[in-house]
Order: sequence, then C-alpha cells, then structure tokens
Amino acid sequence: MEKIMHKPMATSGLPAIGLSRRLLSWEFFLLLMTAVVFGLNSLASPYFLDPWNLSDATFNFVEKAVVALPLAMLIICREIDLSVASIIALASAAMGFTAQAGAGTELIVLAGLVTGLLCGLVNGLLVTRFEIPSIVVTIGTMSLFRGITYILLGDTVLKNYPESFAYLGQGYVYWVFSFEFVLFGVLALLFYGLLHRTNFGRRTYAIGNNPTAAFYSGINVARHRLILFVLVGLISGLASVLLTSRLGSTRPTIALGWELSIITMVVLGGVSIMGGAGTILGVVIAVFLMGLVTFGLGLLNVPGIVMSIIIGAMLIGVIATPVLLIKFKGRKSAP
Amino acid sequence: MPFKKLVASALVAAAMASSGLVQAESVRIGLVVKALGIGFFEAANEGAQEAAKELGDVEVIYTGPTSTTAEGQIEVINSLIAQKVDAIAVSANDTDALVPILKKAQQRGIKVVSWDSGVAPDGRQVHLNPSSNALIGEMNVKLAAEAVLASGAAQGDIAILSATPTSTNQNIWIDEMKKVLPQYPNLTLVTTVYGDDLADKSYRETVGLLKSYPNLKAIVAPTSVGIVAAAQAVHDQGRAGEVFVTGLGLPSELAGHVDSGVVKSFAIWNPIDLGYAATMISYNLVKGSATDSSVGMGRIGTASLEADGSTAMAEPFIYNASNVHAFADIF
Repeated sequence: MEKIMHKPMATSGLPAIGLSRRLLSWEFFLLLMTAVVFGLNSLASPYFLDPWNLSDATFNFVEKAVVALPLAMLIICREIDLSVASIIALASAAMGFTAQAGAGTELIVLAGLVTGLLCGLVNGLLVTRFEIPSIVVTIGTMSLFRGITYILLGDTVLKNYPESFAYLGQGYVYWVFSFEFVLFGVLALLFYGLLHRTNFGRRTYAIGNNPTAAFYSGINVARHRLILFVLVGLISGLASVLLTSRLGSTRPTIALGWELSIITMVVLGGVSIMGGAGTILGVVIAVFLMGLVTFGLGLLNVPGIVMSIIIGAMLIGVIATPVLLIKFKGRKSAP
Repeated sequence: MPFKKLVASALVAAAMASSGLVQAESVRIGLVVKALGIGFFEAANEGAQEAAKELGDVEVIYTGPTSTTAEGQIEVINSLIAQKVDAIAVSANDTDALVPILKKAQQRGIKVVSWDSGVAPDGRQVHLNPSSNALIGEMNVKLAAEAVLASGAAQGDIAILSATPTSTNQNIWIDEMKKVLPQYPNLTLVTTVYGDDLADKSYRETVGLLKSYPNLKAIVAPTSVGIVAAAQAVHDQGRAGEVFVTGLGLPSELAGHVDSGVVKSFAIWNPIDLGYAATMISYNLVKGSATDSSVGMGRIGTASLEADGSTAMAEPFIYNASNVHAFADIF
C-alpha cells in the first residue's frame, strides 16, 4: 500500500493521487500545529490548563464554527456565501421582534431558523435561476440583509428575550460542556456523514471538480447548489440563535465582520477555495487551532492588532507550507 | 518550519512581557476600552497607570478589541476572567450585550466597573460618568462669565448655539445653564439658536447672531460641531477679541482657535482623570473600602453613588492656552 502511494508522488505525474496524499498530510499537519499551540499555551500561561477556562474559550468561536461546516460544503461545491454574518444579523432581528411580541423560546428559535432559511433561499435562487456568480450575489445580499436590519432596528436594541432563551447560548449540558459546544459536536458529525458518507456529499465533490462533467453525468447541479445555499442560510440562522442568546440582546451591528473569520476557518481547514477538495475533519481541527491561538494570545494580553497579524501569518503559513514541501520534494527527486 | 518559530517566538515574547503578572500578590485590574489605538483611551490608560503607580500594589492590564464591537469585547473579557483578574473596568461598546458575560465575571468574584460608556445595572457594580448634567450646565455658564470678562466688559450679552431643538443632551444642559444663570447677574442670555450639528448651518447662525446682537460678548456652544463652526465664523467676521466663543469641544479641533484668540477657554472631560478614577474605584471595590453610597477616587475626591450605582466624576475639565496643545495630540 505504501509503495503504491509513494511511487506516483516521486514522479509527481498523477495529480489525483498526489492531491489525496496532500490532503491526508494536511489534516495531520493541522493536528500537529494544534498540539504545538496547545503545548505552548500551557507553558506560557498558568491559566490555560483549566477546564472552565477552556470551556469559556469555546464560546468565542463555536457560533462561527457552526456556520463553517455548511460553508465548507458550499465552497467545495465551487460556490461561496459572503452574506452569512448579515443573515445572522437579520435572523437576530426577526427573533428580537418575535420576542417583543411576547412569544416563547420555541417560537423565537423558529423565527431565527426560518429567517436564515429564507435568506439562504434568496441567495440560492439568485445564483441558480439567474446564473449570477455567487460572489457577486452574496456581496449584494451581505449589504442587503444588513441594511434591512439597520432599517428595522435603527439605534434601538431588542432585549425582551425570555429567561429560558438564555440556555441556548449560555447553558451547560454537562459539567463544562456548554449547549453550544455539544451542538457543534453533533453538527460536525452530521456534516461529516453528509459530505463523506452519502451520495449527496460525493455529488458535492463532483460538481466542485467539474460542474460541466457533473451535469452531463446526470447530476441536477442547480438543485444541488440551491440546497447547499439553503443549508448555509439555515445554519446561519442557528448560529444567530446561539449568538443572540449569548448576548441576550440584538443590535444591527451583531456579528459584524464575521464572514471573513468564518471563511478563514474553512480555508485554514484545507478546503480549496477553487472547489473540489476539503474535509469536515480539517475544518473542525482548524476551528480548534484558531480558537486555541486566539485564546492563548488573549491570556497573555497580546493586543488584538498583533493577534490578527498572527492569524494572517498562520493562514498563509499553513496553506503555503504543504505546497512548498511538495514543490521542494518534487524538485529534489527529479533529475 | 518558519511559521512555527514565529508563533513560538511570539508566545515567548508575550510571555516575557507579561511575566510580572504572576509573581506578585498585586491587585490586577483589566482596563477594557472600546477599541485599541484610540487617543482618548490611550490617555485613559495613562491615567490608569498613574493610579497604579500611586497605589503601588496594582497592575493595570490595558486591553480591548481591534474594532468597536460587543463580540470583540466579550472575547477580551473572557480572557480576563480566565486570568482571574480582581476587577474589570470597561467602557462598553454595547450597554446590553455585555451584561451576560459581566454577570459571569461577577459570579466568579470579579468586581465590575463601567466608565465613560456604561453597562446596564445588572452587569456592573458602579458606573462612572465623566460628569453630570448639572455640572456641565454650571461649567458652561462659568466659562461664559470668564469670556465676558476677557472681552473687557463688566457685563454683557451671551447667546447659546446648540445642536438641534430635539437634541436630548443639549436641551438638558441648556436647562441646567438657565438654572445657574440667576447667580450671574452680569450675564444676559439673549437667545438660543440651533445649528443642527451641521458645520455650515452653525456657521450661518453664528454670523446671524453677530449681526443681530451688537453687544454680544460670548457665544456658548455645548456641542463639539457648533463650537468649531462658531469660532470660525467669529474669526472670519473679524470680531476676534470682542466676542469670545466657549462651550464643549475637542482640544484637537480647537487648538488653532485658542491660538488665534477667538476661544479663551472651553471644557470637556479629561480622559486621563477618567482612567485614573475608574482604576481607583476598581481598587477600592476590590479592597472593600467602598460603601453603597460612596467610593473614593484618589486625588479627584469621593464619588457619591446613586441607588443604581452610577456616579459622576467631576465638572468638565477646562482647557485653555496653557494646556490645549498637550491634549490636542490625544483627542
């Protein structure tokens, strides 16, 4: 088995096998990085290795991580959604008004999910029916959804959420494991199954690698994309439920600028921005890597500006290193 | 791998920078600002460091997010809670969104103070306002009296240039001014005009005032837009030295007008004092030397707390030729 894997690598003549080999090492590489960061953090700060502190730290990234899962599938399918943070804002506004009308927690959550789903549907229909590139559509809806939120809310704040609503973003299922965190774990398993264990997932890769070929193989490409956009919208609505519950209030600036950190997680996880490659496992590891780096630096009171420089360097470094390694290896073994 | 080295060296460097943090049994106070890199808050940190030096056993951790978001501040507060600081003094980006995380901080025994921009009462023990409405009104009248004296007259007419007729803050301050005016019989308030916080409208209203009231000695503008426009108008009309402009404004925008003599003095809160007082209050809460009705603020005095825990630091700080340039670099 090893031989078969190595032979084509040496000649670097078969890109398909080279790619899967690269992806395998990618997750290993990410995992190694995460372990290194974990070790450094525990050495650098006496407060790091504390179950409650680690649990608190997960709140900083779990909502973003939840959205990163369906977004990874969408990006593998050669599409993108830049409006996710604005969907979170609009869904939060919808929940705020539902709460103001005196609704209970179930109805509030439903309002958030439905709003997210509808936003995703708008994105998906614009992309598939009118064949506008998704980057253009979602740059537009990014401003549109956020703009509607501003018009609805102005400078007011909605905060009439019932007591029980707070559990979703602040409650704990067992010991240090928050509801948010457990939900992320469950969703990660579901999305792992969906992408790697079903026909739907295989079609996602097929479309991402070659949409035309996928179309002629009998895949309903438009419907597939529409479903993924709706899924991203729905999960953004879910993230909005968690975030709104954690903040206990809604303002139009909620989740401002989150789309880029979510996409950073996806790309860091090894999902090819050109589509066709990437795994849920990679994204999940990347989520923890980013979470650990920001929390560790936060414990040392490193200013946020320095932190974003480090995250940027990490993104470029992690993505460039495997590529450079392969190039370097290839050159050495070539005559 | 160069990248790993980078992270490692960054972590080590940061660890060395903050290694003083674990050794001493000092009171650690997290000073959380709206965003890093804002002159006003850098100045507040200067005041906080001054308080730390004066107290001796205090370490101030100056921190904040990169942009003025509630989510960013929550992340920062999360890491302060993890470090088990003794107190958090925060200028909030959101009155309500910070409440859950600050409640958690209080549950873990951390004292919470909000300053400058407040947090809802549930989320903090004390809120420190830079000043109070009554003190601001009083200060504006005092400045007007100074301006009239500067013009060489024993008594004179004054006018108010406000923001819009519906600006809540300005209306409250003008009411407070009117309450104090009877104590100054040499001042006659002739009118209040509204520049809508627009530079050009404020400018035109000022020109109108100068034409309609030839005995005008001072224009009081309790708005940072109005005061600049009024000073420019007085200067352009060649009335500098006869009519003085005063009120509330920013040193960086008014330094030039102080130099040209149109503005003798004006007022606004002093960010250094604000950071100093917030640190002192945090320290006193940690040490248990605060009561339900009052808390010490070091060299600034003692703050009396209202039922909801809010308090006012002091009357606005006066800026004139002697100090405006030093502060113009800050905000």
